[in-house]
Amino acid sequence: MAFDSLSAFLMMGKHGVYVWSAYGFSALALIWLVWNTLSTRQKTRNILRKRFVRSQTR
Amino acid sequence: MRWVWFHKLASPKWFYSWSNFWALPVFCFGCLCLAIGLVWGLAFAPEDYQQGNSFRIIYIHVPVAMLAQSCYLALGVASFVFLVWQMKMAPIFIKAMAPIGAVMALIALVSGAIWGKPTWGTWWVWDARLTSVLVLFFLYMGIIALQSALDDLVLANKAAAVISVVGLINLPIIKYSVVLLETLHQGPTFTLTKKPEMPPEMWLPLLCAVIGLYSFVAGLVLWRMQSEILMREHRSSWVKQEVMENGL
Repeated sequence: MAFDSLSAFLMMGKHGVYVWSAYGFSALALIWLVWNTLSTRQKTRNILRKRFVRSQTR
Repeated sequence: MRWVWFHKLASPKWFYSWSNFWALPVFCFGCLCLAIGLVWGLAFAPEDYQQGNSFRIIYIHVPVAMLAQSCYLALGVASFVFLVWQMKMAPIFIKAMAPIGAVMALIALVSGAIWGKPTWGTWWVWDARLTSVLVLFFLYMGIIALQSALDDLVLANKAAAVISVVGLINLPIIKYSVVLLETLHQGPTFTLTKKPEMPPEMWLPLLCAVIGLYSFVAGLVLWRMQSEILMREHRSSWVKQEVMENGL
């Protein structure tokens, strides 16, 4: 561990604001990317399934 | 015979089942490696003697910046392949890769700006490195906009491929801007020819995060390509079978 305590870890010397805002933004963007990828995948399947069901019943 | 696997990958159906197998393990490996690298870098790596703890932004900044460029290189190569050989999978790859690359470039810009404030005393300077990465971000956005704005699929594929190939010229500018030109930005962290200037307890977590992010992005791009394949191939019987029979 490079830090003595949890609060020292969170403070990051005098750079806590910078380090954690950079990581916070990055985490949000990466999580959005994963969410967008998986929801697109699910949506595509739902759209196609509906289309196939409709063409079968017709 | 040795090229059979390559030709198979060019078939959407075969690619779909291949990626169905690989996407999840590759993505999970990436998440794990990335998490290890980041925790290691944030909590265990020693403090920088000059920059203090603000240098820890490197563990996200360098991996995303590397990915932003690698994604574009892959995009450019795929576009070239598409323009020359009309390979069917290439535009699918371009469509899947461009948004990922755009997010990587955006994170690189934002994390870089936040790192710049305590280190250089400014969020932004219009120097070669920063400006060329901003151009990279706009190239990604242009490719995404072109592909979604044009209803004619053939035209959209071609336009996106042309802009990606032309944009390749930006990559050497990004790479050599810190070596050849006067800039605030520090030199490259990793080079192929020399050992990193940092001690191993600083660059090992970084290497771990870089490998993790590459794998993370590979998993994502496979999933995105799958969605695109299903949509484009919806007239094939195998797509119908896949969608109707398998839950996910």
